[in-house]
Amino acid sequence: MGAETVALEVRDLHKSFGSMEVLKGVSLTAREGDVISMLGSSGSGKSTFLRCINLLEIPNAGEVRVGGELIRMRPKNGRQEPADRRQVDRIRASLGMVFQQFNLWSHMTVLGNVMEAPVHVLKHPRAEAEARAREILEKVGLGDRMDYYPSHLSGGQQQRAAIARALAMEPKVMLFDEPTSALDPELVGEVLRVIRELADEGRTMIVVTHEVGFAREVSSNVIFLHEGMIEEEGPPAEVFTRQKSERFRQFLASNL
Amino acid sequence: MFDLQGYGWMLWDGLQMTLLVGLCSLVLAILMGLIGAWGKLSENRVARAAAATYTTVIRGIPELLLLLIIFYGTPTLIQGIAEDLGYDIIVDFNPFIAGVLTIGFIYGAFATEVFRGAFIAVPPGQMEAARAIGMSSVLAFRRVMLPQIWRFALPGLGNIWMVLIKATALISVIQLEELMRKSFIAMGATKLPFTFFFTAALMYLAITVISMLGQQRIERWANRGIRRA
Repeated sequence: MGAETVALEVRDLHKSFGSMEVLKGVSLTAREGDVISMLGSSGSGKSTFLRCINLLEIPNAGEVRVGGELIRMRPKNGRQEPADRRQVDRIRASLGMVFQQFNLWSHMTVLGNVMEAPVHVLKHPRAEAEARAREILEKVGLGDRMDYYPSHLSGGQQQRAAIARALAMEPKVMLFDEPTSALDPELVGEVLRVIRELADEGRTMIVVTHEVGFAREVSSNVIFLHEGMIEEEGPPAEVFTRQKSERFRQFLASNL
Repeated sequence: MFDLQGYGWMLWDGLQMTLLVGLCSLVLAILMGLIGAWGKLSENRVARAAAATYTTVIRGIPELLLLLIIFYGTPTLIQGIAEDLGYDIIVDFNPFIAGVLTIGFIYGAFATEVFRGAFIAVPPGQMEAARAIGMSSVLAFRRVMLPQIWRFALPGLGNIWMVLIKATALISVIQLEELMRKSFIAMGATKLPFTFFFTAALMYLAITVISMLGQQRIERWANRGIRRA
C-alpha cells in the first residue's frame, strides 16, 4: 500500500478532560475511499475522537496526519497545542465536518451557508462558488430550498444542507458526528441516503453513528470503541458475523 | 403661551447638536462595548482585568463628575505636567469632544455588558462550525459572530441609546450649545421658562418616540431568518 493512498492517519490518540481519560490511545488509518464507521455507547469517546481529528478538541498526545501531512504540535504547560494555527485552519478546510446539531449559520440562507467558506476561506470567485453551491444543493435534494433560512427547514433538510456546506470545500475526508441522532425517526432515511451516495462515489469518510444497520451496509471498516479504547475492529462482514468481544456482542444485541 | 419669540430656530439648532453629539457618543459606546466584551470573554487574564476595571470604575462614578474631570481636570493636569517639564502651554478642550468622550466611555461600559451577553447568547455551534471549516478566529468573528450578536444586543442597545440621548443634556454644563443649553439661553433672554423647557422636553420625547419606531425596524432586520417563537 503506497503512502499516497492514505487519506487520514491517526496514531495513539489520548485525550483527557480533567482527570477523566476519554481516549486511551486510539489509532485509525483511512485509505482513500474508505468509509469507517465508529460505533460505541455514549461516553465511549467516539465523538471526542472525531473532534480531535480536526482539533476542535486538542488531544493530549498522539499524531494526526491528513493526506500525509502531520499536524504539528508543540508542548505547553505539560499539554500540547497546535504549533501553527494557519496549518490547522488549512487542514480543517480539507476536512468536511458534519455535526449532530447541523450548526448551519442561522443568519445566512442555505445557499449563503454553502458558498460562505469557498468564498471567504478558499477565496474562490463568487460566481464560481455560487454555481458550484447550486450544483451540490441540487444533488442533496435541496434545489428548491436554496433561498430559505435554516430555521425554516426540517431537521433532515438542515442536515443535508450542512452536508452540502461541507462538500463545497471539496474535502479530502468527511467527518460525520452522529449525523442522524438529532433527527425525528422519519427524517433519518433522507440523510442516510445522501451519506450513502457519497460513500458510493468513493469519498473517504469517518462516520460516528448509532445506526448499526447503516454501518453494516455502507462501511469498509467498523471500529467499536469502549471506554476510550478500540474493542473490536474490522470489515463489517467479519465483525458483524463473529464478534471477538463480548461487549460488542452486547452492544449489537441492544442496538439492532 | 407657545410663542417662541423667534427662538424656535435656536432650539432647532440645539436639537441637531444633541442628535450629533448623541450619535457620536453611541458610535464610541458601541466600539468601547465591543472591545470591552471581547476583553471580558478573552482567555487573556490582563484583558479580562482591564475590561473589569473599565466597567467597574466608569459605572461607579457620576456622569457629571466624570464630565467635569475630563473637561476641566485633564487640561490642568496636562498643563501641570508640562509646567514641571519647563513648558508653558495652555490646553483647551473642545466641549463637543469632551462630551462625546465622556458619554461614549460611560455608555461603552454599559454596552460592554450588553455585548457580552449577546456573544454568550449565540449558540456555540455557530462558532464551532466556522472554525471547523477552516475560518481563522478573526474571519469567524467577522462573518459568523458579528452579524448574529445584533439580534441579542439590539434591545439592550436601544435602551442604552434612550438613556444616552438624555444624558447628553449634562454636556450643557460645559457650554456645548445643544438642546438643553439653547433652551436655557432662550429662557434667560425671554424669561419664559415653561415655554422653552417644555418645548425642549417635547423635543427629547420626540427623539425617544422616533427611536423606538426605528428600533423595531432594525430588530426586524436583525431577526431575519429567525422563526418567531
